[in-house]
Amino acid sequence: MTLTLRRISELFRRIGFESVEGPEVEDDYHNFEALNIPASHPARAMHDTFYFDEHTLLRTHTSPVQVRIMECAKPPLRVIAPGRVYRCDSDLTHTPMFHQVEGFLVDKKVSFADLRGVLFEFLRLFFEKDVQVRFRPSYFPFTEPSAEVDIECVICGGSGCRVCKQTGWLEVMGCGMIHPRVFEFVNIDAEVFSGFAFGLGVERMAMLRYGINDLRLFFENDLKFLRQFAAF
Amino acid sequence: MRFSESWLRQYVNPDISTSELVHQLTMAGLEVDCAVPAAGEFAGVAVGLIVAAEPHPEADRLRVCRVDIGAAEPLQIVCGAPNARVGLRAPVALEGAVLPGGVRIKSSKLRGVPSQGMLCSARELGIDEDAAGLMELPEEAEAGRDLRDYLQLDDILIEVDLTPNRADCLSIEGLAREVALLNGLDLSQPSIQPVPATLADSLPVTVDAPEACPRYLGRLIKGVRREASVPLWMKERLRRSGLRSLDLVVDVTNYVLIEMGQPLHAFDADKLEGGIVVRYGRAGERLRLLNGEELTLDDDTLVIADAGRALALAGIMGGSESAVDEATQNVFLEFAFFTPDHLMGKARRHGLNTDSSHRFERGVSFELQDRALARASELIVTLAGGEAGPVVEAVSHEHLPARKPVLLRSERIERMLGLAIEPERVQQILRGLGMFPEVCDGGWRVTPPAFRFDIAIEADLVEEIGRINGYDHLPRRLPLAPAAMQPVSEARLGLDRVKDALVDRGYQEAITYSFVERGLQQRVEPDIEPLALKNPLSAELGVMRTGLWPGLLDAAIKNANRQQTRVRLFESGMTFIPMSDGLDQRKVIAWLAMGSVDGEQWGEKSRAVDFYDVKADVEAIVALTGRGDRLTFVAAPHPALHPGQSAEILLGSRRLGWQGMLHPSLEKTLGFQQRVFLAELDQSVLLSRDIPRFTPLSRFPWVRRDLAVTVAETIPVASLIQVARDQGGDLLRDVIVFDVYQGPGLAEGQKSVAMGLFWQDDAETLVDSRVEEVVAKVLELLDHRFGARLRI
Repeated sequence: MTLTLRRISELFRRIGFESVEGPEVEDDYHNFEALNIPASHPARAMHDTFYFDEHTLLRTHTSPVQVRIMECAKPPLRVIAPGRVYRCDSDLTHTPMFHQVEGFLVDKKVSFADLRGVLFEFLRLFFEKDVQVRFRPSYFPFTEPSAEVDIECVICGGSGCRVCKQTGWLEVMGCGMIHPRVFEFVNIDAEVFSGFAFGLGVERMAMLRYGINDLRLFFENDLKFLRQFAAF
Repeated sequence: MRFSESWLRQYVNPDISTSELVHQLTMAGLEVDCAVPAAGEFAGVAVGLIVAAEPHPEADRLRVCRVDIGAAEPLQIVCGAPNARVGLRAPVALEGAVLPGGVRIKSSKLRGVPSQGMLCSARELGIDEDAAGLMELPEEAEAGRDLRDYLQLDDILIEVDLTPNRADCLSIEGLAREVALLNGLDLSQPSIQPVPATLADSLPVTVDAPEACPRYLGRLIKGVRREASVPLWMKERLRRSGLRSLDLVVDVTNYVLIEMGQPLHAFDADKLEGGIVVRYGRAGERLRLLNGEELTLDDDTLVIADAGRALALAGIMGGSESAVDEATQNVFLEFAFFTPDHLMGKARRHGLNTDSSHRFERGVSFELQDRALARASELIVTLAGGEAGPVVEAVSHEHLPARKPVLLRSERIERMLGLAIEPERVQQILRGLGMFPEVCDGGWRVTPPAFRFDIAIEADLVEEIGRINGYDHLPRRLPLAPAAMQPVSEARLGLDRVKDALVDRGYQEAITYSFVERGLQQRVEPDIEPLALKNPLSAELGVMRTGLWPGLLDAAIKNANRQQTRVRLFESGMTFIPMSDGLDQRKVIAWLAMGSVDGEQWGEKSRAVDFYDVKADVEAIVALTGRGDRLTFVAAPHPALHPGQSAEILLGSRRLGWQGMLHPSLEKTLGFQQRVFLAELDQSVLLSRDIPRFTPLSRFPWVRRDLAVTVAETIPVASLIQVARDQGGDLLRDVIVFDVYQGPGLAEGQKSVAMGLFWQDDAETLVDSRVEEVVAKVLELLDHRFGARLRI
């Protein structure tokens, strides 16, 4: 996990992204409200949230860091925020805790083309090969336009296998242009500034990079597993 | 949402293959989860009519059937299905037929009776999961007709995983609209034959909550033939949409729902008293739903009621008391628009999620009700007869959602997408989406249609333009920014450096859950009441950790159970400590060691890890900060540690952490077979360092004096060093300990400690007399404080 996190941070650090961490026990405002996910919004059903009380929860994504940074720093901003996130879900392909890296860039004249450029570069350099990448329209309340990023399945090379559910593509991250409502919450003028944001699942990236076939291995701490990555 | 490709193609039929269609939908943001054939691969199966069914002479469960397949002679087929009866039409796999999975049907003998083929269940043909008996075909099915052709099974079922903003695509019509636009085609909608009102009968409708239900349409249809059968095409389309056929009226409501996206409800008109009232529930009022559940309502839940009682949970589910059944002849149909604002979260509150609530929560077109009513009336009257009453409508225009024009600037499209798009193309896309663009200075004023609930600001429109144009057709570029340097603080020690140091010292990095079992957490740190989750996955993951030891201990014991005798694990992460002024989310780094120091090897005698090995780890880590000289270990009790082997670690005056040996009682409870050593350091104290400050190098030799003293064994060596440092004078440069001895030659309970002290002056060569002076002071204080005696 650390290897992958370091690799991601290093790639972004080199183009000026500073790494920042945020709290894991979050409030409802930063995790949902300020990200344009009001109470009883259907998008909340997509996040199985762990709660402590009505207003306090375990963050379901690293996006609240975006809000926290923009509350106190002014653009231009280039930030990545790695960390643990939590969802109330546990089965073969879900663990109640996993890692995400949030990244965002806010400046004058940032466009969707910049987002595409940065993520294409990142994925190509992360996997150290010319992977096929596609951007698929999607929906997140805190970005508009929104997209999901797929890469050509690195297991089967795109011909279809169990890992990519025969589609030849693997979803690796969500992204989009920061929603004007989010800028409004943090008092940034959306007429002047624009920005992109993305979030990626670190376990997924590690599994694809190292050929790990079971998510749960990351949290079992079996020395036989851990030692395989000791040489790095 | 699951739909039949052939149904969609009746609306719009682009000249592309299924896989191209799937790709097109996915790339337009309507992600296709899967596309599967409507039936398994089979050939040589025909419609058969059972004309005789005799018991098998040798087997109770089997029957010998004679099956008409349109040929001169019926076939003789032995069959074990419970529903094999005379008059039934069912699929027959003829001799030579190939069924899904490659099974080839041959004539054979079953218990001595010849059988010329096989009668099939839906499951055997890969059509349905139903394996209870033979697949029952309608009476009109013509014996001998090829089944694939008859059921039009060469169809694909496509499952789209729609995002919550795209409720407009939760229907065949909605999907077809997108497909038409993507392919530049026109949409052909089936024309609807209106059913005129031939009855005067109607039910009055009163809406008491127009803010939640701005539009309600209703219609009575009387004299519906209860025995009317559902036509095959409707049954098949419903099946392919994942719905079961029940009876004609219910099937029509489901059919219109899938076709147009309008949820509707049918009441048995004879079970209603008086008119329809749309109102909020009354506290304590009860309602039994179609699924058998009985709810107690509150005054926040919208219901459909008659004069006396609540009949249905508005927009979510009907009630059982007013439901249509096999005796129903008169129905009252409801076509309503409930606002998403009202319906959001309501179904979930009652643990429900229905096709209807799913759509209303996300937004159903508020202009669809008339058309849906016409369509449903047409289908019912055509298929089951009956006569319709007038349409009753209650509308509150002021409460219908407003569709305000949204300004879309060409300049903004280019700035957001990084690509200029031709104005003609923009207009074409907007119109294709059902929007109403009006040209204005610099762009358009765009009024979204009633079926879109996700178009409120300019960015929403920009997304639509980008999406339909294709994200993959947008350019890629790298952001430009001034080559501004980033500050790099030298006074910060990177966590990665610490992790690397631990890895180099033979540790593996663990990641344990941030929530742990309360019992273990409290045994390790009984003085802290941990933060508890309201909805934990299990009790083992019930409270937030206040330290990292519980997780490491758990990981270590699991490894020990996997035959690992040497375990060295570390973890870095957040701990959660409730304080009087709020929650302290503190990052720490902790590690655990058990088993031999070096692993099995031949060079050195094997030795189990001890307190001093872990202390050496702490010293090595702290050395990275350049503050090793300020590190002290103070013997102090910790609930998780052995009372005699437990130290609080201080860096200067701040607490850096704890280290020690796991408490024997915990060791026993957890089932460790070996001693376990633990350390934990606070990252906020650890991760800063001093920038080195140069001092000129001395040209003069240093002077060394070795002092060997005997003290009680309970005196920590660190205390002796401290005295030497304090009393050694300005010129003292270093103190080392080069021997600690206990045993013969010393009194019981005494130890000998040998220290080397180094002095150096920058200005001159030191003379012995100056050194002797401070040595005497050191010895005096060692004696005074610890009763230390110089060993001769």
